[in-house]
Amino acid sequence: MTTLRRTRRNRPAARHLVGLAALALTAPLLQSCGLFGGDKLVIYNAQHEQLIEELAPAFEEATGIEVELRHGKDLELSNQLIQEGDASDADVFLTENSPAMSQVEAEGLFDELPSSILDTIPAQYRPESGLWTGFVARSTVLVYNTDLVEESELPDSIMDLADPEWAGRLTFSPTGADFQAIVAAVLELEGEDSTRDWLEGIKENGTVADNNLVALEAVNSGQSDVGIVYHYYWERDRAEDGDLHDSSEQHYFTDQDPGAFLSISGAGVLESSDMKEEAREFVEFLVSEEGQQILADSYALEYPLNPAVELGGVKPFGELQPPQVNVSDLDAEAVVDLLTEVGFL
Amino acid sequence: MLLLVGLAVAGLALVPLGYVLATTAELGPKEATDFLWRPRIGELLWNTVRLLVAGVVASTVLGVAGAWVVERTDVPGRGWWHGVLCAPLAVPAFVNGYGWVSTTHAVQSYGGAVMVVTLSYFPLVYLPTVAALRRLDPAVEEVATSLGRSGWSVFLRVTLPAVSPAVLGGALLVGLHLLAEYGALALLNYPTLTTAVLQQYATVFNGPEATLLALVLVSFCLLLLGIEAVLRGHRRRARVGSGTSGEPVRIPLGRYRWPVVAALTGVAVWALGVPLGALVRWLLRGSTTGIEVGELVQASATTLVLAFAGGVAATLVAVPVVWLAVRHRGLITTAIERSVYTASAMPGIVIALALVTVSIRVVQPLYQTVVVLLVGYTILFLPRAVVSVRSTFELVPPGLEDVARNLGCTGPQVARRVTLPLVLPGLTAATALVALAVATELTATLLLAPTGTDTLATQFWSQASSIAYGAAAPYALALVLLSVPSTWLLGSLSLRSGK
Repeated sequence: MTTLRRTRRNRPAARHLVGLAALALTAPLLQSCGLFGGDKLVIYNAQHEQLIEELAPAFEEATGIEVELRHGKDLELSNQLIQEGDASDADVFLTENSPAMSQVEAEGLFDELPSSILDTIPAQYRPESGLWTGFVARSTVLVYNTDLVEESELPDSIMDLADPEWAGRLTFSPTGADFQAIVAAVLELEGEDSTRDWLEGIKENGTVADNNLVALEAVNSGQSDVGIVYHYYWERDRAEDGDLHDSSEQHYFTDQDPGAFLSISGAGVLESSDMKEEAREFVEFLVSEEGQQILADSYALEYPLNPAVELGGVKPFGELQPPQVNVSDLDAEAVVDLLTEVGFL
Repeated sequence: MLLLVGLAVAGLALVPLGYVLATTAELGPKEATDFLWRPRIGELLWNTVRLLVAGVVASTVLGVAGAWVVERTDVPGRGWWHGVLCAPLAVPAFVNGYGWVSTTHAVQSYGGAVMVVTLSYFPLVYLPTVAALRRLDPAVEEVATSLGRSGWSVFLRVTLPAVSPAVLGGALLVGLHLLAEYGALALLNYPTLTTAVLQQYATVFNGPEATLLALVLVSFCLLLLGIEAVLRGHRRRARVGSGTSGEPVRIPLGRYRWPVVAALTGVAVWALGVPLGALVRWLLRGSTTGIEVGELVQASATTLVLAFAGGVAATLVAVPVVWLAVRHRGLITTAIERSVYTASAMPGIVIALALVTVSIRVVQPLYQTVVVLLVGYTILFLPRAVVSVRSTFELVPPGLEDVARNLGCTGPQVARRVTLPLVLPGLTAATALVALAVATELTATLLLAPTGTDTLATQFWSQASSIAYGAAAPYALALVLLSVPSTWLLGSLSLRSGK
C-alpha cells in the first residue's frame, strides 16, 4: 500500500514537469505564430476580413504602425466590447452595419473623433455626436431568379414581400446583422406594428437562410424566386466568375422605400485605448482618399463614403434612392426583441 | 492527492456549467419559460432530436457493419478498406458539408444533414469497434459456432455483446458530436439548438437566452450519458492472458462478396470522393484561388502547435480522471469522470464564453492569451481523451499490477514497466484524437485565441462564409492533409491486437 501511495504522489509532479517542458519548448514557436500579441494597434473588425486585410498593409506601410485584427460579427464584437469595458485591448472598432456602433456609443465606450476625420465624410453618414463615422455603405437589394420571376412582377416596395402572392417564393437571413440592420430601418420608417406585421408576413412566405450567401445560392439555383440581400454579394460573385449569379439579377428598390435602405459601416476609436493617437491615424487613413480608393479597388464592391472616390462596375452611388434614416436612430436591441417575438431567433 | 487532482479537473470541467447556470439565473422564471415555450424552440428541439437519433443510429450501423466486414469476413483488400473507413476522420465535418453543399443543394435538408454527419462521424464507432473485434479472442466465437450457432446468431449473441462497450463508447461520442456540431449544419442550413446558440451569440454575445439553450443541450448530454451508463452495465471486462493469437475464422461472403465491395466503394465515394472532389474543383477555378502561401504556412504552423499542445494537455488531464474511475470505482470518482462530459454537449462557443467571462473578471492577465485557449480545448475535448484512455485502462487487469508489486516492483516501476506499456496505445490515441479535434475546432478558437491568431479552421471559415469558396479550398486541403497523420495513427493503433 505504501508503494501505491507513492505512485499517487509522484504522478501529478511528473505531469507538472512535462507541462512545463512542453510550454518551454513551444513558447518560441507560439511567439513566431503570433500567438502572443505585442504593442500593435488592435482592431476589432466586424467588416469582411478580406476588405480590411487589403487596407491594413497599406496603412502599415504609410505610417509604420503595426496592426492586429480580431474578427467577428457586428453585434458579437459590440457586445464583447461592452463586456470587456475598460479592460478591452481594442483600439479601433469597425462594423458592417451601424446598429452595433450605436450600441457601443450608447455605452459611452467611444472617444470623440477629430474634425479632420469627420469632415471627410458627408454628415448624413455619421452620427451627430461625432463619436464614430461611416466609411463604406451597402445597398439593400432584392435578388431574383430570372427564370422564375418576370421583371414586371417585381415588387415596388420591400413591404410587399409580406403579401400572399410571395408565399413560398422568398429567402432571407434574419439571423445576420445585415438583415437586422434592414429591419432596424423598417422599424424606424414604418413603426413597430407595421414592422411586426411585415416580419410575420415574410416569415410565413419565406425560407430562412443561414447567411446572405446561402440566400443568394437559393435564388440563383431556383430553390427560391427572390431573396433579400445586400448588393455586393451578387456583384462579387459576378466579378470572380462564381456560380451564384448566372441565373439571377438584382432589383434595386427606389423612391426612398425601406427596401432601398443604405446601411452604413462604421469606424470608431475606443475610449479605453492606450494607442488613441495611432487609432485615430487608422480611422483617418480609412476615410482618406487613398484608403477609400484601396477599398474601392478591392474585391469588396462596397460604396466608399468619401465623395472624392467613386466605385466603378456596379450601380453608381448617385443613382441609389435610399430613405433618409438617421444612423443613430437604428436600434439593435429593439430589432432583436422583435425578431425573437416573431420567432426568428 | 490523486483525488484532489481529480476534483480540480472536475471543477475546471464544470466551470462552463456554472457559468451557464449563473447567467441563465439572470432571467426570471417567467422570462425563461416565455423564451423556451415558443414554437421556435419546439422546432429547434425537434430538429435536434431527430438528427441525433438518426445520426447516431446510422453511424452505429455503418461503423459496426464496416468493422465486422473488415475484421470478420474474407472481403478482398481488407487493409485498404480499413484505411478507407478511418479516412473520413481526416475530413472535418464542415469541410464535408462544404464539399456536399457546393456540389448539390439537395443536402440542405433533414436527410442531407443526417447523411453528411453520418459520413463524417461513423469512424468514431468504426475505430473502437474494429479494435475491440481485433482484441476479442476468436475462440469464443469458434466455440459458439461449434455449438451449432449460425453466423448471424454468433454475431448477435456472442460478438456484439462482447464488443458492446466499444460500440457504445463510439455511439456516445457521435451523439455528443452531433449535439455540439455547428459548422457543417450551418453550411447545410439545418437549424438545431446549437446553431441557435451561435445565432444568439452573434446577436447578443453572451445573453441569458443563449445559455438557456445551452442548458437544454446539457440536459440532452446528461440523458445520453445516462443511457450509455445503463447500457454499459457493470460487467467485468478485463481478463488475464489475452487468449490465442490465432487468426479468427473469416466468414466467406460468397455471392455477397461484390455487393459488399460495392457498398464499401459507395461509402468511400460518398464520404471522401465528394468532398475531396469539390475541394480539387474549387482549387482549380475561381479568381480568389490565388493561394497566399505565407498565410497558409503560418496558419498551418499555428494549427499544428495548438493541436499538439491541446492533445497533450487533454490527455495528461484525462489520466488521473480515468485512473480514479477505473481503479477506485466509487460514487465520487464516477461523478468526477461523468462531470467531464457535461462540457462536451455544449457548443464550443459556450465554453469559450464561460472562459471569457471568468478570465475578464477573475484572471484578467490571462484574457485573450494562449493559456485560456488551451484550457478551453482541454475542457472541450477531455471527454474524447477520457473515452480513449479509459478503453485501454479497463483492459489492464489490476491483478497484473498486484503481481508485479508482489514480485518486488516499486510503485513507479509498476507504472513504468507494467501499466504504461499497456496503456501507451490508449494515451497516444487520445492525444491524436484530441489533436484532430483541436485542429478543426472553430467557434471556441475564434473567441479565445489571442488577437491575430489564425488557424486553418478559422481561415477556412472566414473564406467560405464570404463567398470565397476558391480561397477557402487551400485551407481545407491543408486541414485534411494535417489530419492524415493523426488519422493514420488512430487507424493503425486500432489494428494492434493488444496481444
